[in-house]
Amino acid sequence: MSTETHFNSGSNLEKVLKSGQFAFTGELGPPRGTDVEEVREKAKFLKGNVDSVNITDNQTAVVRMASWAASLIAIQEGLEPNYQMVCRDRNRLAMQSDILGSSALGIRNMLCLSGDHQQFGDHPDAMGVFDIDSIQLIAMVKQMRDEGLFLSGNEIHKPPKMFIGAAANPFADPFEWRVHRLAKKIEAGADFIQTQCIYNMAKFREFIRIANEEGLTEKVYILGGVTPMKSVGMARYMKSKVPGMDVPDAIIDRLKGVEKDKVAQEGINMACEQIEEFKELKGVHGVHMMAIEWEHMVPQIAEQAKVLPRPVFS
Amino acid sequence: MIVAQRKPFAEIKDMLQGYNKVLNVGCGTCVSVCLAGGEKEVAVLNTELEMARRLDDAPIDIQGHTIERQCDREYLAELDDIIEEGKFDALMSMACGVGIQFLAERYPKIPTFPAVDTSGLAVNQAVGWYEERCRSCSQCILGSTGGICPITMCAKGLLNGPCGGTNKGSCEISSEQPCAWFRIWERLSGQGRLDAIKKINTTRGWKNQTPRNLIQPGYRKPEKMAK
Repeated sequence: MSTETHFNSGSNLEKVLKSGQFAFTGELGPPRGTDVEEVREKAKFLKGNVDSVNITDNQTAVVRMASWAASLIAIQEGLEPNYQMVCRDRNRLAMQSDILGSSALGIRNMLCLSGDHQQFGDHPDAMGVFDIDSIQLIAMVKQMRDEGLFLSGNEIHKPPKMFIGAAANPFADPFEWRVHRLAKKIEAGADFIQTQCIYNMAKFREFIRIANEEGLTEKVYILGGVTPMKSVGMARYMKSKVPGMDVPDAIIDRLKGVEKDKVAQEGINMACEQIEEFKELKGVHGVHMMAIEWEHMVPQIAEQAKVLPRPVFS
Repeated sequence: MIVAQRKPFAEIKDMLQGYNKVLNVGCGTCVSVCLAGGEKEVAVLNTELEMARRLDDAPIDIQGHTIERQCDREYLAELDDIIEEGKFDALMSMACGVGIQFLAERYPKIPTFPAVDTSGLAVNQAVGWYEERCRSCSQCILGSTGGICPITMCAKGLLNGPCGGTNKGSCEISSEQPCAWFRIWERLSGQGRLDAIKKINTTRGWKNQTPRNLIQPGYRKPEKMAK
């Protein structure tokens, strides 16, 4: 791994991955208000069950508590945050100052994203910033960390420490491009990748096969994205309404095939089968569990997926 | 060309409230071609205003005059005598934002109002249909993007697309909106030039954050206008 020669960020997730263990990360959406207890409540279910938890940044372009603030609450609760930052809401000045601030206060992972377009959210007429894009953001964080330089080239007094993450969607068009885009993110400086929710395993296997062939999986840690289906309705919604999502009919048919009160459990079963497959798949180094508004199910999922106990480093 | 669209009638009528003698100035170039502010559109708007104001019992004396280009002093000068003699209490312009400002600048004592919203630089896709193609960013990268502008055509203005939101060749914002980067990929793929977008486009120094002045090589500002 090229990351092994990198500066050590002090991130727990980095330690898990570098020690060769199968990583398991979770996700927590900050509240639409100032309710700290809501964050603490969700954190309770994740603590001890994940290596790091993604704290989303105004996800789906809806205003929520700042990602860095919810990340700090997660730290107080004994969780390691993976601070998400989108390019939609900040220019390069705000981004760099937030990176300094978050590192100063103990945040050690960052996930660099473009961000859903503002048109989807609760302020559809907002100006989208997109001063820099996600690949440029990755490169900027890397430059800040490894060279101790701001984007402008000016020196940083005490550079930030960050384990740098990026997203990949193996299912968006054109498929042939997806591995090239992954390569660009690695070249920019991504240490780890979390993928879009995977339902089409055949297509994902093909993506990983090409990435293996190109030597990319030796340069970056890849965590496969898993979101258990809670209902047939959710599966249908994901299939038809969420851009870049690939839900094969077989998934929907399998959920439809069980009794109504067993659909959620069937969704969890499917997720756990996927996780078993990822554990054996060369080039996949972990799972990113996006149990959206289903944080309380994470302990059960982690148990059933046999990813417990999580590694602890002194 | 520069494209514009006439403002809603109620907004125009509202702007002209209290003004009774108005000259509506059309422009014979871009806004004429895109059917927003040429001679014909001036005549139509004036008729509408006259009728509406008559119904309101507040008649307006509105005249129309369309010049070749409102962004050019040479043509604006044609209006000097008309405006001098007409004693208008307001001017209205149906030119693009550039023309409106040049008109307002030439007659600074007379309030000037825009009758159109200017929306950008566009191609003529079909009669009455104009598609924006350029944001005049001052640093053209079309050479490496297959002649398709991601600054304009990508909803996020990404420089390293296509992003994960590409949906069967459409943008995540709408199935009606083609994904610029999908098209770039397609075109470059067809030309065997994908290498052009495999390398990272680094951060841009935006050149459109301050008012831009453009002086062609060999020219300079006339001395009387230089500050």
